Amino acid sequence: MSAVLPTPGAEDRRLPLHRRRKLVNAVALVLSLAAMAFGLFWLVWILFETIHLGVTGLSLQLFTESTPAPNVEGGGLANAIVGSLIMVFAATALGTPVGVFAGIYLAEYGQRGWLGSVTRFINDILLSAPSIVIGLFIYAVVVARVKSFSGYAGILALALIVIPVVVRTTENMLQLIPTALREAAFALGAPKWIVIRSVTLKAAMAGVVTGVLLALARIAGETAPLLFTALSNQFFSWNLAEPMANLPVTIYKFAMSPFSNWQQLAWAGVFLITLGVLVLNILARVFFRKRH
Amino acid sequence: MAATMQAAETLSNDKTMNGDRPPPARRFSPLGDLVFAGLARGAAILTLGLLVAIIISLFIGAWPSIQAYGPTFLWTAQWDPVQEKFGGLVMIYGTLMTSAIALAIAVPVSFGIALFLTELSPRWLKRPLGTAIELLAAIPSIVYGMWGLLIFAPILATYVQQPLQKAFSGVPLLGALVSGAPVGIGILSAGIILAIMIIPFIAAVMRDVFEVTPALLKESAYGLGATTWEVVWRVVLPYTKTGVIGGIMLGLGRALGETMAVTFVIGNFNQLESLSLFEAANSITSALANEFAEAQTGIHQASLIYLGLVLFLITAIVLGFAKVLLMRLEKREGGGGR
Repeated sequence: MSAVLPTPGAEDRRLPLHRRRKLVNAVALVLSLAAMAFGLFWLVWILFETIHLGVTGLSLQLFTESTPAPNVEGGGLANAIVGSLIMVFAATALGTPVGVFAGIYLAEYGQRGWLGSVTRFINDILLSAPSIVIGLFIYAVVVARVKSFSGYAGILALALIVIPVVVRTTENMLQLIPTALREAAFALGAPKWIVIRSVTLKAAMAGVVTGVLLALARIAGETAPLLFTALSNQFFSWNLAEPMANLPVTIYKFAMSPFSNWQQLAWAGVFLITLGVLVLNILARVFFRKRH
Repeated sequence: MAATMQAAETLSNDKTMNGDRPPPARRFSPLGDLVFAGLARGAAILTLGLLVAIIISLFIGAWPSIQAYGPTFLWTAQWDPVQEKFGGLVMIYGTLMTSAIALAIAVPVSFGIALFLTELSPRWLKRPLGTAIELLAAIPSIVYGMWGLLIFAPILATYVQQPLQKAFSGVPLLGALVSGAPVGIGILSAGIILAIMIIPFIAAVMRDVFEVTPALLKESAYGLGATTWEVVWRVVLPYTKTGVIGGIMLGLGRALGETMAVTFVIGNFNQLESLSLFEAANSITSALANEFAEAQTGIHQASLIYLGLVLFLITAIVLGFAKVLLMRLEKREGGGGR
C-alpha cells in the first residue's frame, strides 16, 4: 500500500469502508454462531423432553403387558414393541437383497447404459419420496385386493423404503473400491460375479452394513406408511395376516388422545424409538469409521 | 466365499509348483455370471419399475375423482364427505404454505450453520457438531410431531401468538394474518416444526458443497484482504450456487411430503376461512393420515388418492430438479476443480 503513496485524504476515505466491512463481517459471524446455537437448541430441547417424560414412563410392565383401555391403570406396549420389531426386521430382510443387487448393478454393470443412469435418478427420487404415498401404493395393490389390513402389507411398505437407502449406500461404497483391485482379480481368471462377490463386495462390506443399519433406523420410526397398511391392533398377535400393532401408530393414536395414561405410554414409546434410532445411527457411524 | 479363496489359492499354488509353465486354464461355469448379472439387472429394473408402478396405481385409484372433477379439483376449496363434493385447494394450500414458512426459516439458519461448520468452527469441534446436526436429521418425525403438539404448541401460544395478536390487532394486513384462536395449532406451528426438521438436511448438504470449493480460490480471496464473510458470500456461495439450491430443494421435498410432524399440529380443519397463520388448517399428508383409513371406498377415497397423486408429482418434480442441480455441481467438481 505504501508503494502507491496514498494521499492522507484517500486514507481517510478508506477508513470508514474498512470499518464497515469489518462490522458486516462481525455481524455475519455472530449470526452464524447464533444459527448454530439455534440448531443445537432444538436438538437439546427435544431430546431433553423425550428423555425426561419418557424415562418416568419406563417400567417392566411396558415390555410385558399389551396396550390398555383408556383410563385404565397399568398396561404396556408389549404388542406394539413386538409388532414393530417383527415388521422392521422382516422389511429389512426383504428390502436389503434387492437394494444390494440393484446397487451392484449401478456400480458394476450399468455405469454407462441408460438403465443405470435412469435407475440412479429414479432411486434418488424414491429416497426422499413422501412415505405416506408408499403407504397409499401398498394399500392400492395389497390391502384393497385382500380387503384386509395386515402385517404383511406393513412389511412390504417398509421394505419399499429400505430399498432406495440400501441401493444408494451400496453403490457409493462399491464405487470407492479401487479399479486396480478388480483388475487384479480379473487377471487371476475369476469371472465377474466371483470378483464382485469375493473382492469388491467384500471390500465394501462395512459400508453396505452401515447402509443397512441406517435403513433400519429410518424405518423404525416411520409412521405414515403403516397407517393404512398394518393399521394397529389392540391385542398381542403373531399373525401377520391380521392388522398388526406397532410402536409408531400406537404412539400417534395415544398422543392424540385426551387420556393421560395413554399419553404417558406414548412418551415412553417415543423414548424407546428415539433411543433405538440414535443407537442405530451411532452404531452405523462407529462401525463405518472403524473399518475405513 | 471360502470356495473362491481356495480357488485363488490353488491358482497360485499351481503356478509355483509348475515353475514357469502357465497353470492349466480353470473353467468357471458361465451360468454363475449370467444368473448374477440377471439378478442385479432385475433388481435395478424393479427399483425403476417401482416409481412407474406407484404413479400408475395412484392414477387408477384416483380415476373416479379425476373423471368427476378434472383439474378443477386443484382450485376448489370445498371438501364435504357428506355431500360427496371434493376439491383439494385447502390441503394443497396448507402443504405449500407450511413448506414456504419452513423454508423461510430453515434456509438462513442452515446457511449460518454451514458457514460456521466450514469456516468458523475450531477443528476439534467440527466433527461433533456436524454429527449432532446429522443426528437431528435422524430423529423420527413422530417425535417432532408429538413434541410439537404437547410441548411446543402451548409455549408458542402463550409467548408468541398472544403477544403478536395484541400488538397487531387492528392493523389491516398483519391483523388478518394473526387472527384466530391462539392455541398454538395451525399453519404457523406446522411450518416452524417442519423448519426444525429440515434444517439438518439443508445444513448438511450446504456444508458438503461448501467444502467442495477449492482452497486455492478461498485463499486467493483471503490473500487480497477479504473478510471471512466476503469470502463466503462472494466466492464460496457463487461457486456452489447450484449445489446450495439443490440442497434447498431437497429440504423442500422433505417438507412437502412430511406427514407426522404436520398432522399433529396443523389441526386438521378442512376450511379456508381466513388467511390467518394461527388458524387450524390441513395439508395433503395430514388429510390422508386422518381420513384415508376411515374413508368409504368410492369418490371420497378416490379424491384422497388424487391428493396423494398431486403430492407425489409435486415432490417428484422438486426432487428431480434438486438432483439435476446437484449433478451439475458434481460435474464441475470433477472437471474444472482447479
